[in-house]
Amino acid sequence: MIHSLFLINSSGDIFLEKHWKSVVSRSVCDYFFEAQERATEAENVPPVIPTPHHYLLSVYRHKIFFVAVIQTEVPPLFVIEFLHRVVDTFQDYFGVCSEPVIKDNVVVVYEVLEEMLDNGFPLATESNILKELIKPPTILRTVVNTITGSTNVGDQLPTGQLSVVPWRRTGVKYTNNEAYFDVIEEIDAIIDKSGSTITAEIQGVIDACVKLTGMPDLTLSFMNPRLLDDVSFHPCVRFKRWESERILSFIPPDGNFRLLSYHVSAQNLVAIPVYVKHSISFRDSSSLGRFEITVGPKQTMGKAIEGVTVTSQMPKGVLNMSLTPSQGTHTFDPVTKMLSWDVGKINPQKLPSLKGTMSLQAGASKPDENPTINLQFKIQQLAISGLKVNRLDMYGEKYKPFKGIKYMTKAGKFQVRT
Amino acid sequence: MSAAPAYSEDKGGAGGPGEPEYGHDPASGGIFSSDYKRHDDLKEMLDTNKDSLKLEAMKRIVAMIARGKNASDLFPAVVKNVACKNIEVKKLVYVYLVRYAEEQQDLALLSISTFQRGLKDPNQLIRASALRVLSSIRVPIIVPIMMLAIKEAASDMSPYVRKTAAHAIPKLYSLDSDQKDQLIEVIEKLLADKTTLVAGSVVMAFEEVCPERIDLIHKNYRKLCNLLIDVEEWGQVVIISMLTRYARTQFLSPNQNESLLEENPEKAFYGSEEDEVKGPGPEEAAATALPARKPYVMDPDHRLLLRNTKPLLQSRSAAVVMAVAQLYFHLAPKAEVGVIAKALVRLLRSHSEVQYVVLQNVATMSIKRRGMFEPYLKSFYIRSTDPTQIKILKLEVLTNLANETNIPTVLREFQTYIRSMDKDFVAATIQAIGRCATNIGRVRDTCLNGLVQLLSNRDELVVAESVVVIKKLLQMQPAQHGEIIKHLAKLTDNIQVPMARASILWLIGEYCEHVPRIAPDVLRKMAKSFTAEEDIVKLQVINLAAKLYLTNSKQTKLLTQYVLSLAKYDQNYDIRDRARFTRQLIVPSEQGGALSRHAKKLFLAPKPAPVLESSFKDRDHFQLGSLSHLLNAKATGYQELPDWPEEAPDPSVRNVEVPEWTKCSNREKRKEKEKPFYSDSEGESGPTESADSNPESDSESDSKSSSESSSGDSSSESDDEDEEKGRSSESEQSEEEGKRKKMKKRKTVAEGHREGSSSDEGSDSSSSSSESEVTSESEEEQVESTSWRRKTPPSSKSAPAAKEISLLDLEDFTPPSVQAVSPPTIVSTSLATDLEGLTLTDSSLVPSLLSPVPGVGRQELLHRVAGEGLAVEYAFSRQPFPGDPHMVSVHIHFSNSSENPIKGLRVGTPKLPAGISIQEFPEIESLAPGESTTAVMGINFCDSTQAANFQLCTQTRQFYVCIQPPVGELMAPVFMSENEFKKEQGKLTGMNEITEKLTLPDTCRNDHIVVQKVTTTANLGRVPCGTSDEYRFAGRTLTSGSLVLLTLDARPAGAAQLTVNSEKMVIGTMLVKDVVQALTQ
Repeated sequence: MIHSLFLINSSGDIFLEKHWKSVVSRSVCDYFFEAQERATEAENVPPVIPTPHHYLLSVYRHKIFFVAVIQTEVPPLFVIEFLHRVVDTFQDYFGVCSEPVIKDNVVVVYEVLEEMLDNGFPLATESNILKELIKPPTILRTVVNTITGSTNVGDQLPTGQLSVVPWRRTGVKYTNNEAYFDVIEEIDAIIDKSGSTITAEIQGVIDACVKLTGMPDLTLSFMNPRLLDDVSFHPCVRFKRWESERILSFIPPDGNFRLLSYHVSAQNLVAIPVYVKHSISFRDSSSLGRFEITVGPKQTMGKAIEGVTVTSQMPKGVLNMSLTPSQGTHTFDPVTKMLSWDVGKINPQKLPSLKGTMSLQAGASKPDENPTINLQFKIQQLAISGLKVNRLDMYGEKYKPFKGIKYMTKAGKFQVRT
Repeated sequence: MSAAPAYSEDKGGAGGPGEPEYGHDPASGGIFSSDYKRHDDLKEMLDTNKDSLKLEAMKRIVAMIARGKNASDLFPAVVKNVACKNIEVKKLVYVYLVRYAEEQQDLALLSISTFQRGLKDPNQLIRASALRVLSSIRVPIIVPIMMLAIKEAASDMSPYVRKTAAHAIPKLYSLDSDQKDQLIEVIEKLLADKTTLVAGSVVMAFEEVCPERIDLIHKNYRKLCNLLIDVEEWGQVVIISMLTRYARTQFLSPNQNESLLEENPEKAFYGSEEDEVKGPGPEEAAATALPARKPYVMDPDHRLLLRNTKPLLQSRSAAVVMAVAQLYFHLAPKAEVGVIAKALVRLLRSHSEVQYVVLQNVATMSIKRRGMFEPYLKSFYIRSTDPTQIKILKLEVLTNLANETNIPTVLREFQTYIRSMDKDFVAATIQAIGRCATNIGRVRDTCLNGLVQLLSNRDELVVAESVVVIKKLLQMQPAQHGEIIKHLAKLTDNIQVPMARASILWLIGEYCEHVPRIAPDVLRKMAKSFTAEEDIVKLQVINLAAKLYLTNSKQTKLLTQYVLSLAKYDQNYDIRDRARFTRQLIVPSEQGGALSRHAKKLFLAPKPAPVLESSFKDRDHFQLGSLSHLLNAKATGYQELPDWPEEAPDPSVRNVEVPEWTKCSNREKRKEKEKPFYSDSEGESGPTESADSNPESDSESDSKSSSESSSGDSSSESDDEDEEKGRSSESEQSEEEGKRKKMKKRKTVAEGHREGSSSDEGSDSSSSSSESEVTSESEEEQVESTSWRRKTPPSSKSAPAAKEISLLDLEDFTPPSVQAVSPPTIVSTSLATDLEGLTLTDSSLVPSLLSPVPGVGRQELLHRVAGEGLAVEYAFSRQPFPGDPHMVSVHIHFSNSSENPIKGLRVGTPKLPAGISIQEFPEIESLAPGESTTAVMGINFCDSTQAANFQLCTQTRQFYVCIQPPVGELMAPVFMSENEFKKEQGKLTGMNEITEKLTLPDTCRNDHIVVQKVTTTANLGRVPCGTSDEYRFAGRTLTSGSLVLLTLDARPAGAAQLTVNSEKMVIGTMLVKDVVQALTQ
């Protein structure tokens, strides 16, 4: 299926290549570079590029293109999903996935890639299994290895590979047994000029960090499971149990994992926690425009809104902006025309605002579009959909684990049209 | 990893204390001399004894490979280390080998023996990795070695090694496609594997090597469906996509009756969607939808596939979700396809590459099934931060989804998009508006006005695009839009984009009668600037001139001639040609009168308005989710999605004839094996069957009840399966069967037909009385499905009335025959082919052969067809076997129906599981034609229900046969008093006690029947008992002599409790199942 993989950085250098079948010359990437040039922006490079003898499927993450070469029909999502899984694995192994890190750990990267695919077909992609086969580099292990001469490569088949719970390794031991669950909800919304909501939906995930000894069997129940419109699970979740009882029952993987992602649909009314008042105007005659925005809280259920940032892509005609914020800092990049304003926490008594003037290109006609405002914010201790975890129980092990649940609401793709 | 970074960087680092020369820069390459030098360092390091140095060297070499540097000249030095003890060095050497072996084939052979040794290693990881590397080395000489290794690994104990073997198959195939036949054999073998680990990989191999051998899937189809949910994600994708193709060849189109309604899909969709929200599942929707139509019967296997893939829509992997979505799109009845929309919309939150692929597929789907995505319209709204390619795809979907009701909101959205800074996107939006306007008549004027307003936009691209779209729209109703044409005419002064100018000119020319005063003026202006125009504009100028000349020659004659003269000397030959051609046509000359008379008709013929179509129309002839679909072109290796067959192929090919004959053999299990097929057909196709048999009357009510039952089924399934997770697939199956058994109670009369055909899945040769009952009820219907019954005659004919057993009990004895027959593949395939031949012969014989024959504990061991005239049956006589009390005595009945005498009948080399032994019967010297004889043999089953496999030899032939004992036959009765019984029972509590509650049907509430049923099920003796409602039985297992105590506590109103106490828990559990089954039927 997957023939070869090329890693290409943003300046167009191929800095890593791996072949699972016979070697494909790296000149095949020329087609990719061509497409890249045509696309002008990195995210506009088509994910699938046909060439006379091969097909190039690529994903773009962390400023690196991961280009897979395939020769025959294969579901494109299969390859794309795999490439993303590769990136996730690197991130898991090295903390970050960037060009220098990959170059520094090229041997581990190579070994991992070797295990992930066999003849182009995925072999081991669960990070729990991979980590048993090839141990991630840590400073301590590096020191130990140099002294004892031991290696990073395991010599036993990972137990998970054969068990019915491939995602969990056996023989896990912790002195402190703890299970943390973060319920994180993101609001995707489009707000129109007048402040009314065009579309809003909530995308939620439950990320877990489970450090429990042995083979615990957990069940997590919700106060209001009906809210969840559409869900997708980590493979450990027993689907039938969810279907019949709306309870999450699972043997968790060890460490960090995403237990569940869910969707609260647009049909439900979504509370929008912030509003933006804006007045942005360009005048035809003058080369100055007025710019003023104010951010304020709306339906926040009494919680504070933190970490607010406002970004906006200004029209090309804007040369510079002279603005004064009532709080926080702002920057305007005259090259990319990107305005960003780091607001911080919203104080409901004194609403943060940013006002000033824009200087426009002299003689040019006024831009026909007002810029869209993108908003980022965080609200701690609140799941905006109202989802609440009822209880978490553990079976199969004797000890009492420490359990913690945290809620958070964030802005996802939150846009205000002006 | 201290050293790795230092070496991989382009600066020389110190190699380590003591070996300063190793620190030489490895990558300063470019100059050859330094290359050699560097490689000398590495060679030296590889030759040392120190593992740490070797490791350093290998790491540097791998880093070179990773950067695409050539390291092939190190091959001899590296290959030496293939046997290195250090596992990391070894792995890195493997990496190197796989990369360069192809280039250095001779040297690569040096490493082969190491791998061959590795293949025998006790550590499964080492076995697997040896096979992996061995098969990855692309050296044609070792093909035979690879073949051997693969074959061996395919029967390895470790499923991980078997998985590796499956991976190796396509590798070998790509190296040497002549091995195909042998590889197919291995694939066939691995397809039968029951572990989830192997399933995905072997199907992958199947797809690469022999996707056309769909026949290999038949036998494994149900297993694959059932395993699917536990297979890892990548395997799921491959299996689902293969099963989609399979289903397209094997089942009938579920929508065949709906094709007439295609025009009006909207209504159906609203309805179905509501159903799904309220109802228990799509099954119900299907069930209610179907009976209203003509008889279409969904194959239970088809339903099985749909049912088992549905939960995977919840997978975290986008690839799996897409795979299921395409499966539903291609295979599901229309009413059920809706379920995939939600999952696909969810994927739109994912990475942009995923969005890109998903949106392409949604675009195709939304053309055919608009209703499906309509509720999610808002999810396709475009954000300014989306990449342009995503925006354009979303726009495509929005346009497809637009209809009379939602068009106002859609247009409002479009209005915001038009002001976007991304001009490509704006152009696409204008196109989209044009398409909405053509599709939805109501908003055509609104759109047109909107577009006309855009004509005053400052951006020329926007204006140009609008003109092009307006032109297309105007063609639909030109008469009413004189004003707009005038407006456009004015634009010719400003617009410079050639395409737009050309469009305007064409419009004016075409509708010059609506603007009689402006048109000549436009021509005048154009004539003035003719030489400076682009080619397409020039062509349109000529066109305009010609049309005006024909309609208004008085004003434009001179202008036209001027334009034509200019064109005559143009640089472009197309334009010169066009000018010449036009002149000949319109200007009447002496000779060419004939054509010029018709010139007006030629130029001003009414032209049909162009249809603005989605580029995604008709893309669905490619399998969705495939690369070919995405590219809209056939990719290499794309497997065409076949059309539905007109006639369903024989569904019985999927019947598993040889289910687990080595392992599971107890009678209960075998019986259960058949049950699912009964109940399946009831649960799934019940409604349609009833519609089949009496289409007018009670189809309605029937369908209701059966839809209930199917929903009930799914809920019980969910419970069961949940508990099941984690257990072996085998027990999973039996659980499921247990639950299906429950359904059996809901059996209705009308099922006869279906049952007949489906029952043969489990037992083809059974002389089941229940079946024959059914037969007599609905004999005529049976005629169609006779194939299985052809096998029946021998056993039913010859069934001796050895024991007096009631009809009901018979059921207990019927099923095992299949397993008993189950000779290894050679025989069964020949049997199958023979039978195929038979089915073609006349069917008038059948009813008489089928008449219920009272019979017996006798089961078939060898069918007369398979045995070339020799038919063998066996029965458990329940008499102690003379000579060895631990043996179960088996009566074997031979009959010779061939022409010739059969000589030298004896038992050949038995292949027995550990512990099982056979006491052979004395050789039968000769069996004359038509005669039959009986022999007794003893088998020590070692208190297990494993099958005893042995060969039955004649002088000329050998037949593989196997006997599987029902659990009840593994014991002998013992007699004890009630007190003794209670005492023994007291010792066997806790784990040794198995209790089950059951309800006795009315038919077996009296003592006699209960006792008879229990004793026929199991070879137990009755223990006298004080109370009337309690029955006690006792026995000992034959081999170990462990006690088996059975208590049945019958309470009023049929409630009863069955308790079995036995040291052998397995036997106890199976016995409970058997007895419960016997009693409740």
